[in-house]
Amino acid sequence: MRRKVLILVPYLWLLALFLIPFAIVFKISLSDTELAIPPYTPTLDLSDGWNGFKEFLSELDFENFEFLTTDDLYWKAYLSSLQIAVISTVLTLFVGYPIAYGMANAPDHWRPTLLMLVILPFWTSFLIRVYSWMGILSTEGYLNQLLLSIGVISEPLTILNTNIAVYIGIVYTYLPFMILPIYSALERLDGSLLEAAEDLGCSRASAFWLVTVPLSKSGIIAGCFLVFIPALGEFVIPSLLGGSKTLMIGKVLFEEFFSNRDWPVASAVAVILLLILIIPIILFQRNEQKQREAEG
Amino acid sequence: MRRLTWFNTTSLTLGFAFLYLPMIILVIYSFNASKLVTVWAGFSTKWYVELFQNEAFLGAAWVTLRVAVISSTFATILGTMAAYVLVRAGRFPGRTLFSGMIYAPLVMPEVITGLSLLLLFIGIGLDRGVLTIVLAHTTFSMCFVSVVVSSRLVSFDQSLEEAALDLGCTPMEAFRLVTLPIIAPAVISGWLLAFTLSLDDLVIASFTAGPSATTLPMKIWSSVRLGVSPQINALSTIMIAIVTIGVISASIISKRATLRQQAEERDAERT
Repeated sequence: MRRKVLILVPYLWLLALFLIPFAIVFKISLSDTELAIPPYTPTLDLSDGWNGFKEFLSELDFENFEFLTTDDLYWKAYLSSLQIAVISTVLTLFVGYPIAYGMANAPDHWRPTLLMLVILPFWTSFLIRVYSWMGILSTEGYLNQLLLSIGVISEPLTILNTNIAVYIGIVYTYLPFMILPIYSALERLDGSLLEAAEDLGCSRASAFWLVTVPLSKSGIIAGCFLVFIPALGEFVIPSLLGGSKTLMIGKVLFEEFFSNRDWPVASAVAVILLLILIIPIILFQRNEQKQREAEG
Repeated sequence: MRRLTWFNTTSLTLGFAFLYLPMIILVIYSFNASKLVTVWAGFSTKWYVELFQNEAFLGAAWVTLRVAVISSTFATILGTMAAYVLVRAGRFPGRTLFSGMIYAPLVMPEVITGLSLLLLFIGIGLDRGVLTIVLAHTTFSMCFVSVVVSSRLVSFDQSLEEAALDLGCTPMEAFRLVTLPIIAPAVISGWLLAFTLSLDDLVIASFTAGPSATTLPMKIWSSVRLGVSPQINALSTIMIAIVTIGVISASIISKRATLRQQAEERDAERT
């Protein structure tokens, strides 16, 4: 009895506030836009009984999805989200790996402090961390002031409101997600393997490529997914740092819903974003499972 | 083979400079007297004074704090229950779906979570306001809590619970007297995580908040969209200060606790 209550409470909560909402999104993505409240049709009317339900079903169709394929905007938004997410994941890897490597090779008594320094930004408001770059990257911002005063450039650079600013924002905010799994993989690495490689005639650089990198692969993969998955649906960063030309699907969805009030199309955009995300999520789960099996 | 080569030192220095410089600049310029945010015109605390006179910000901060306390408390209770079910309840019908629903929100884009909850609230005719934000935040942060708590539950020795039951505890007493004290650190960090997530959330709150409730991130959002503002710099500095003090004191407390535990273990071995 007690066990049943224990299971049922969180179960029903998640059903009601996680699964059913998704069913609603899916249903509305098959509905038509209407100038009414709520702004879509048909609405399910159960007072008619079974016939009402059949009529309701017959009015659902894939029109919104067809619309998405015909309008360039959505294709471009999906592709450019993918592109931005891939590029910033790779950049985050290049920035994060040396930091994780440095941490794993730091003296033992430093490491708790270094770890805390990586986690600290994590607890700080995401919005504020993104916002802090607006003052740095703007035309009269701190970066341009610095570069102008030391004479590297003669005209201010335009960085804010371009895709470059979006890359910087994603690398900056998601860096801890990349550093932590790579660090934990590197920390477990057995130093004697490197010594063996060097004794056998490897240079330090080739020992790094042949031993360290392959052994930290699981950390690299986990870090990349942890950056890529949220970056793909990102809304705050492209809206604050990106320009009007920065197309990202999270931003399109938000605008479709709030500015155009086109709920069915916004729902269809959400359904497709979810479909795109399922593949990396499954791959990520597999990687985690493989690692657990390797450890246990 | 731990060596701090010049390469490691450089990458650590540059890396942490990258992580911290933007926030340090923000803090410094919050004390700038000029209204032009990028031009330094002497030290001043006037933006802090203005901030504390700005009732819109104070009101939003109050809403945010209420939402965060209530939703993280519910999320901790539900998340701990869910973790217990995942780790201890064994097989039951629909277990796969249950664990799927626990892990899915962790990777779900916020825009989708927000949109789906809003459509639900409209569908059932629930007025949007503080209540709907609390429901939304509870739902997504309970999943984070349950991941944190279940990793602690997995690693602890179940025979302790069994011993308590053998010695005549009811299951409830066994949970309260044995399990809960052991998993308490995870439950507390779960609560803190849920609290921070709620405090921080912009997207889900924007979807689920009605015109009657505005949270602090929503307020910050609407003012930073127009550009950098000195009041927001002051507000950011206060938030950064609170987090820094919180994290540092938490790490000192946990370090002391570990040291004390080690000392106790040493004493126990000696006797």
